[in-house]
Amino acid sequence: MSEWWTYSLRDLLLFSPQTYYRMFELYNLEWWPLQLFTLAAGLAILGLWRRGGSAAGRAIAAILALGWLWVGWAFHGQRYATINFAAGYYAWAFALEAVLLLWLGVIRGGFAQATPSKLQQRAVLGLLLFALLAFPLLAPSMGRGWAPAEVFGLAPDPTVLATLGVLLFAGARPYWMLFPIPVIWCLISGATLWTMESPDFAVVPIAALLAVLLAAGDVLTNARSGRPNG
Amino acid sequence: MTPKPNITRRRVLGALAASPLLWLARVWARPGRPAARPIPSSGEAIPLVGLGSWITFNVGNDRAARDASTEVMRNFFLAGGRLIDSSPMYGSAQEVIGYGLRKLGRPADLFAADKVWISDGDEGRAQIEASRRYWGVPRFDLMQVHNLVSWESHLPTLFAMKAAGQLRYVGITTSHGRRHGDMTQLMASQPLDFVQLTYNLIDREAEQRLLPLALERGIAVIVNRPFQQGGLIRKLERHPLPPWAAEIDCTSWAQFALKFIISHPAVTCAIPATTRVDHVLENLGAASGRLPDAAMRARMAAHVNKL
Repeated sequence: MSEWWTYSLRDLLLFSPQTYYRMFELYNLEWWPLQLFTLAAGLAILGLWRRGGSAAGRAIAAILALGWLWVGWAFHGQRYATINFAAGYYAWAFALEAVLLLWLGVIRGGFAQATPSKLQQRAVLGLLLFALLAFPLLAPSMGRGWAPAEVFGLAPDPTVLATLGVLLFAGARPYWMLFPIPVIWCLISGATLWTMESPDFAVVPIAALLAVLLAAGDVLTNARSGRPNG
Repeated sequence: MTPKPNITRRRVLGALAASPLLWLARVWARPGRPAARPIPSSGEAIPLVGLGSWITFNVGNDRAARDASTEVMRNFFLAGGRLIDSSPMYGSAQEVIGYGLRKLGRPADLFAADKVWISDGDEGRAQIEASRRYWGVPRFDLMQVHNLVSWESHLPTLFAMKAAGQLRYVGITTSHGRRHGDMTQLMASQPLDFVQLTYNLIDREAEQRLLPLALERGIAVIVNRPFQQGGLIRKLERHPLPPWAAEIDCTSWAQFALKFIISHPAVTCAIPATTRVDHVLENLGAASGRLPDAAMRARMAAHVNKL
């Protein structure tokens, strides 16, 4: 693209807010009542986290990997790509994250729960509850009604936020390899909402920033206390 | 090597001095139909207001939204509109236009304007063919190089297609005031039928060089972003329409903004985009009734600057 630096984010927005939220509405209608099952799978993550152990870690990673695969194919590939040509790339990125989750979490079994600090436990619980239960409430609370509600396992934002929550407790050290795609997505999502002048544009990027800071804080704390980071 | 544009102050001033007379002679109006202005390279007249598709027609597979877009197109044609403009960059807009045209039976008056937007010059023809299939038209009336992307490769292709009867007019586009220097060079050196650029009550840089040059070189001008993607109208609607807007038959700020644009003697057609039937009719209404003269245009611009 010529003189790409002269383009603002608004110049690159290809669709209207009405079309964007209508897309979620049609997507939810198409797959109803799958939302109930994905939400149940998401809530199961909370139970598995409480239970702990290697098998629970593998199950959590499998749930997340399936969620990323589904969102990549059904949301980005089948829906979002019809109004945004970049969504084809998003679909591949989500598939790659799913493969990484499968490899590191399921096959290598690296998601066995570490012993997080109280602060991290609260952050994990907060992020998971926010992604699973509060995020679907954003649409009606913003006056958009229930139809375009974004649900874990089907919509990208709650799936990504729940993943970041899990990454705070998965393994004895943060799996940095699993962070870039979720964090980049959070920035893309926030930028998209910002250009659409959506009042909730900062929610997802702030949550991602919080997760990264907490993960980095964990590494620093462990380094100071002499605990191994790897 | 690209020749330097041969623009002299005398030629530009001469063209501008003659322009009001040219303009009066060139605006053709029929009762109840939008006024039209001829394409300089052919003399074919097209209505002063067309229909853009940026953002508004990118509705994906949403059947209800596609039907709503079709209604916009139906009313556009019924009210005398002809030119619809799109681009491969506009997501699903081309498919949505094709969907509407199929439902409407492809109106005979359609003036199909699209763009080539691909960095690989060798892929230009394939992209144009894909766009043609989306629209479902036998050929495009106008094909433009979008934002001057790879114009060195695409322009020879478009001129060859025009010579072969595969399209009728060739153009180049820019938006948001970008690459006006390059556009000036191309307008002066290439046998272009059309240019497309951003021009409105606020963004008036085109008045300095591009619009006078278009008059001088006999190039038709399509104006995009007439409402600054809605931002200009949102800003204007905070204020009452001045009573003297009735002197040029304006009933809304949208018509006020459009009449300012299409009354410039170099402008052939403005292409506002909309999702609403009432807005498309309001927009086309701007091409009916009286148009502002130079003094009124100055008054309009000054008024908006004060708001």
